[in-house]
Amino acid sequence: MSLLEVKNLRTHFMSRDIDNQIRVAEALNGVSFDLEAGKVLGFVGETGAGKSLTAQSICGLLRPPARVVEGRVLFDGQDLTAMPSEELNELRGAQIAMVVQNPRTSLDPLTRIGDQLVRIHQAHTGGPLTASRERALEMMTAVGIPDPKNRASAWPHELSGGMAQRVLIAMSLMNRPKLLIADEPTTGLDVTVQAQILDLLKNLTQRFDMAMIIITHDLGIVAHYSDEVAVMFAGTIVESGPVAKIFEAPSHPYTRSLIAATPERLQMGSGAKLGGQPPDLYNLPTGCHLRTRCVFAQNICTDTPPNREVGTDHFAMCHFAGRLPESGA
Amino acid sequence: MTAPILVVEDLVKRFPAGRSGAFVNAVNGVDLKIVPGETLGMVGESGSGKSTIGRAILRLTEPTEGRITFDGRDITNIPAHKMRPLRRDMQMVFQDPWSALNPRMRIGDLIAEPMKLHLDLSRSERENKTVDLATRVHLRPEFLRRHSSDLSGGQLQRVCIARAIATNPKLIVLDEPTSSLDLSVRAEILDLLSEIRQQTQAAMLFISHDLGTVKLISDRIVVLYLGSVVETARSQTLFSNPAHPYSQSLLSAHLPADPKAELARHVLEGEVPSPINLPSGCTFHTRCPVAIQKCSTHAPGPQQIDDPEHFANCLRISDGGNRILSTETS
Repeated sequence: MSLLEVKNLRTHFMSRDIDNQIRVAEALNGVSFDLEAGKVLGFVGETGAGKSLTAQSICGLLRPPARVVEGRVLFDGQDLTAMPSEELNELRGAQIAMVVQNPRTSLDPLTRIGDQLVRIHQAHTGGPLTASRERALEMMTAVGIPDPKNRASAWPHELSGGMAQRVLIAMSLMNRPKLLIADEPTTGLDVTVQAQILDLLKNLTQRFDMAMIIITHDLGIVAHYSDEVAVMFAGTIVESGPVAKIFEAPSHPYTRSLIAATPERLQMGSGAKLGGQPPDLYNLPTGCHLRTRCVFAQNICTDTPPNREVGTDHFAMCHFAGRLPESGA
Repeated sequence: MTAPILVVEDLVKRFPAGRSGAFVNAVNGVDLKIVPGETLGMVGESGSGKSTIGRAILRLTEPTEGRITFDGRDITNIPAHKMRPLRRDMQMVFQDPWSALNPRMRIGDLIAEPMKLHLDLSRSERENKTVDLATRVHLRPEFLRRHSSDLSGGQLQRVCIARAIATNPKLIVLDEPTSSLDLSVRAEILDLLSEIRQQTQAAMLFISHDLGTVKLISDRIVVLYLGSVVETARSQTLFSNPAHPYSQSLLSAHLPADPKAELARHVLEGEVPSPINLPSGCTFHTRCPVAIQKCSTHAPGPQQIDDPEHFANCLRISDGGNRILSTETS
């Protein structure tokens, strides 16, 4: 059994427009994936593809008008979507931890960082304060914060962006989580600091045998730090598989265009049509959501495409998966 | 050799920091040169002064010291009203197209605005040229009647580029023009820029923190650290043979989108020091894995490397101790 099994997850935003008509934005349309302990899964896709929303839906962090309308999230065999919020609270921050993009806004500005670490440990694990303090120092050391004894009494505003991100990672590790969700953990950090943070996260997953979901729009990060990749488009995982296969033999037209758009492969002056408007979530095209901007689209694409297995553990949701012409994106 | 379109000499910019009388040393003696038709890439991490340099060149911020020569003319101290006609020849594209465009104006008027200010055209000539510009940046003519809120980020950046090329400038400064865009849209904008460069022969200063993008678009690249140039080289040379320890580690931290690409990693310790209290000597010596005693007292000047366009500011080059990756593996 996998640590995390997400099955046909659908999240919609429901609101009323000016004429009091109900409008539904179909933001997640049947997301399914499995994640084993010790593995790193990378989520990529363009803005609005539903990467962060998937993470929030898993953790039950949605606020109205967003709502999970269908699907199940099995974590260690328990269904998170059916769990009462008190029980979910006990799980979040303990067994499931999250590291978000803006480390500074995620720390309490009025509490010294050591106390914030102790607090989350007390809330979930309890026990004597001295044990929590010891654990805090241990985790600060693990994430490479120099001189943890003194730094524990620092205020969040005294930290640089990279240091604040380390504190957040230390905080996420306080209760020995089984699953760590890192949502754009290095966006906004400098490249040299990004390398430090990503190396750290990768090391920690191995050391503590955690599973990690890393959400990013940077294919370089996915290529070097994840074991498996899930490519998202319009709230659907359009292609998934082991990282080497996705880059070697991308089988969905969207994955192809993403990879073709990386600076390493881009041919200047080719005039290639790579992007396009993201689809209107209030009015998604029937069948394949990409068909309005896909160069391979045919009549059959108005039917929902099957999730074809194109290789071992490698799936692509396209009528032509495995049969696409060699060239072209 | 053609006369450079832009020469920046010993540019210094200090911003006052609070009431303490301290200064943020944003730019500390930068020399640059761009010849017509050339694209110069400028890379550096946050706080390296790259945006400040771009803004100072266009006199959008006043330099503290140094000299800026544009098209053979010293523009460092000329008054604003004399600067204005020169702006026709120097344009800028900003990072965030949403805030760079007036939301109340129609796209057509936004594109026509620079021509209204700088060119003596009749109304119909201007309208024709607006349509022409829209076509050149691959915007459909029906967009001209819309407002910026109707367009996506990539389309808005096309509008900004159309505005920048409307007056046939000799120099375009692009400050992170693709950083706020999605990957595939970014690729399209880069493609458009290379197309524009071929058509217009305008010189470009391309500022970015993304090494992959800069490599793709630039003829030459300048690497900045804490407001100083540490290395200048042709694009290919810099990537194949970086000489300065900082360039080497910056390039090694770059992640190519290919799982098979081997990473020769040298992860730097610590973070960029505060520009308020600059380290003495070479500003990089506090993080440099090959720093020697002399580095903390002597500021290095540019040293020529293998070819006449490749310079690095490092004291260890003369004794061959500037390689950080080989010291790592041995």
